[in-house]
Amino acid sequence: MKSSYIPMTTQQQEAMLSTVGVKSLDELFLAIPEELRLKDDLNLPTPLSEHELKKHMNTLAQQNFDAGWNSCFLGAGIYDHIIPSAVKHIISRQEFYTAYTPYQPEISQGVLQSIFEFQTMIAELTGMDAANASLYDGATALYEAVLLASRYNGRKEVLIARSVNPEYRKVLYSGLRYSGIAIKEIDFNKDENNSNGENGTINFEFLKSNINKNTAAIVVQSPNFFGIVEDIKAVSQKAQEVDALLIAVCDPISLGVFESPGALGADIVVGEAQPLGNPMNYGGPLLGYFAVKSPFIRRMPGRIVGETTDSEGRRGFVLTLQAREQHIRREKATSNVCTNQALCALAATTYLSLMGKEGLKEVASQCISKAHYTYNSLLKTLNVSRIFDAPFFREFVVKPKIKPDILNEELLTENIIGGYDLTSEYPELEGCWLVAVTEKRSKKEIDNFVNKVARICQGGIINDEG
Amino acid sequence: MMRDERLIFEKSVEGRIGYSLPENDVPVVNPEELFAGQMLRKADPEIPELSEVDVIRHYTNLSKRNYGVDSGFYPLGSCTMKYNPKINEDIASMEGIAQMHPLQNPLSAQGNLEILYRMDKYLSEILGMERVTLQPAAGAQGEMTGLMIIKAYHMYRLDSKRIKIIVPDSSHGTNPASAALAGFEVVHIPSDDKGCVDIKALEDILDDTVAGLMLTNPNTLGLFEEDILQISKMVHECGGLLYYDGANMNAIMGIARPGDMGFDIAHLNLHKTFSTPHGGGGPGSGPIGVVKELVPFLPVPLVEKENDYYVLDYERPLSIGKVKSFYGNFGIILRAYSYIRTMGAQGLKTASQAAVLNANYIRKKLEDLYEIPQNRICMHEFVLSAQRQAKNGITALEIAKNLLDEGIHPPTIYFPLIVHEAMMIEPTETESPETLDAFIEIMRRIAIKAQDDPESLKNAPKTTYVSRLDEVKAARTPVLRWKK
Repeated sequence: MKSSYIPMTTQQQEAMLSTVGVKSLDELFLAIPEELRLKDDLNLPTPLSEHELKKHMNTLAQQNFDAGWNSCFLGAGIYDHIIPSAVKHIISRQEFYTAYTPYQPEISQGVLQSIFEFQTMIAELTGMDAANASLYDGATALYEAVLLASRYNGRKEVLIARSVNPEYRKVLYSGLRYSGIAIKEIDFNKDENNSNGENGTINFEFLKSNINKNTAAIVVQSPNFFGIVEDIKAVSQKAQEVDALLIAVCDPISLGVFESPGALGADIVVGEAQPLGNPMNYGGPLLGYFAVKSPFIRRMPGRIVGETTDSEGRRGFVLTLQAREQHIRREKATSNVCTNQALCALAATTYLSLMGKEGLKEVASQCISKAHYTYNSLLKTLNVSRIFDAPFFREFVVKPKIKPDILNEELLTENIIGGYDLTSEYPELEGCWLVAVTEKRSKKEIDNFVNKVARICQGGIINDEG
Repeated sequence: MMRDERLIFEKSVEGRIGYSLPENDVPVVNPEELFAGQMLRKADPEIPELSEVDVIRHYTNLSKRNYGVDSGFYPLGSCTMKYNPKINEDIASMEGIAQMHPLQNPLSAQGNLEILYRMDKYLSEILGMERVTLQPAAGAQGEMTGLMIIKAYHMYRLDSKRIKIIVPDSSHGTNPASAALAGFEVVHIPSDDKGCVDIKALEDILDDTVAGLMLTNPNTLGLFEEDILQISKMVHECGGLLYYDGANMNAIMGIARPGDMGFDIAHLNLHKTFSTPHGGGGPGSGPIGVVKELVPFLPVPLVEKENDYYVLDYERPLSIGKVKSFYGNFGIILRAYSYIRTMGAQGLKTASQAAVLNANYIRKKLEDLYEIPQNRICMHEFVLSAQRQAKNGITALEIAKNLLDEGIHPPTIYFPLIVHEAMMIEPTETESPETLDAFIEIMRRIAIKAQDDPESLKNAPKTTYVSRLDEVKAARTPVLRWKK
């Protein structure tokens, strides 16, 4: 069969076969036992031309509600932020996207320097001493962080706030299933009779009664899954009392305005950097980041880029500290990871370079203003009720009068992607709805959203819980 | 071009901006009124301040110091650096597909779910497996997932004494690393004098403590494990499972299938075999397929079709859970979907045939000047040894660095570990005979110089943006970030 990606012509094929000393293509595969060689073609659809493929994909796209065409108020760990055009142009340069891992540094300075810049920006945002070249996503980064902590202090129990993204906790549970490391969840405050501004934050009483000399690490997320900003410093002091490590899960956009977890006592900071210039991609690829204080640098998983000099004394970059890695250490490696998310990291680096410290602060501030405007407007309609009272960043929890799944279905018909239904992950928050508002939403979109929610709630099916 | 070694931070000019954001049109909430003072940032992070032009120039110039598949020949063994079709890139960023939120109501994501559903079917067919999970983000994560399934399977059968995973000494480093991470004890078996699994040694290891065997076939020497049916029979008879490392699947698409060979679990690297770009180190995608008996253990969710609708099935009580958030690297899966749809069954088979012919052609044209430890018909790659050249100081590394000056990305060197001065050459099917001939010509010239005038080959590369870099210094005194 002819293919535009296979340059060899029939004539050339004949000549090459004769050079190799075989009569046919089949003869090249004689090492494969006869009974294993397929007699028939694979059962796959007939090939499409480019044009036909595009038409086919358009048909599929029409079955989707894309955030580009609709207003997205869904977050829960993946966010619809504005991405400057320049980002796509940089990551579309073939020298970046068609390259392999930079094993040959002399012809890979582009990727290597961009990763070095990424590591620097992540270290700056998180207030840590170093960061790696990135990991698959925030969830797997957290898994690696917990492994690091347990190996470091030899302890076998990890305390994790229940307000950490449920998707992350699931990956952690799966990964640690046979590791001998136990996970204990720390509840969040939810005391309806006590509005001291702490509802929605980690429960310190519970933390105090569970922390002990076996605790390898405490994991806290801020802003947490409910959008609420946690007191990382207080949690870190608790960790220090028993020499446990503090692992903070942080959203990088929020770090434009909030104190860096490094300055608040975190030992390891991980998270999802998708909000930095990467589209939502239906959940992947994402961009996990991993940053540490100096004692943990040589224990980091994944690729790390370091600065050095060439034989003429000029600055250059290489993959470094490779003695940790699988291709050298095999079963004794710190991790099996060899892929990073270099291209997504390049998108994040380009994004941050365009935004600068002021732009990042502006994005974070607009998130705060717009999320609060939406929250207050929704409450004013009297169709949703307040659940927590601690201050939040870009996302908040309310309880609408009708069930969130029904509300979301109705909103879709209005070209709105509604919030996240907390019911199945948090039975204690049955009927509650997590709404995210980024800088991308205009006042007009927000007002429309609030009106539609009110109208649907008034005309819709009453929530059992009232 | 003027040499500019500055980092992006060193180009920052206070007050310059590179963004265009909408004005905030809602009432401004002052963070100081909401949050306690200690929660707010005191010192700005050192994020550079630049115009859009500055940023574009900076990264465009950096890109010129990098080498991609579109730049030229990239015979990096075991990595399958084939051409990345441009239509796949267009599809992956299409409106209506790329900007989807993973937690949207499945009813509003039927198009994307259909793609995932079909990919499960297509990849199952290619592997000869029952079902495929698309969740793992890379080959190593696929391995980890497969090993977790092996563990879960034995535990489910209350067979808890199975603690060993066998890997050949020629295996990829990720195999033993993943096995250790999944809580297994790693046992290496030697290769025999034909470069394949030593059956006798395998027999000696197999007992009721073996959980499974990990194998890549063709193996890392580019040879098909001819005794594969015997190997799988032996492992199964002792109660173990077989894991297929799919890194070398580009040799046998449409020609043979891991499922038929007796493998129980197999991963694919979509960024190798299915033409998705490597992105300078990622993102990749490492789906795994399993036989019927292991389907209940696959990660959640799987995409199912119910009454003409695609749904996400989380009700899978024996599932190992989640290895990564959501459904895998969808953007990469899309590109591979596009590739499979444009190639079809015949196209995939032709690709494998051409890949194998190309590898053998190079092997044949270099066999007189380089040692080739297993010099017989190979699959999609082969390993040569630069031992002869190394005697004159021209090691595999020196050859690699000379190739840089010739505008070619060098092969994988010093792997597999069982061959001295190894150079693993994988041309892929997307290279023309003219490109292969040019490479052969250069390799022959280097071999002759290594004999006649080795000094002339030393200190390469000489034409690259930087010369040989001091890796020891980088590791001894790590500088991992810029500081003001």
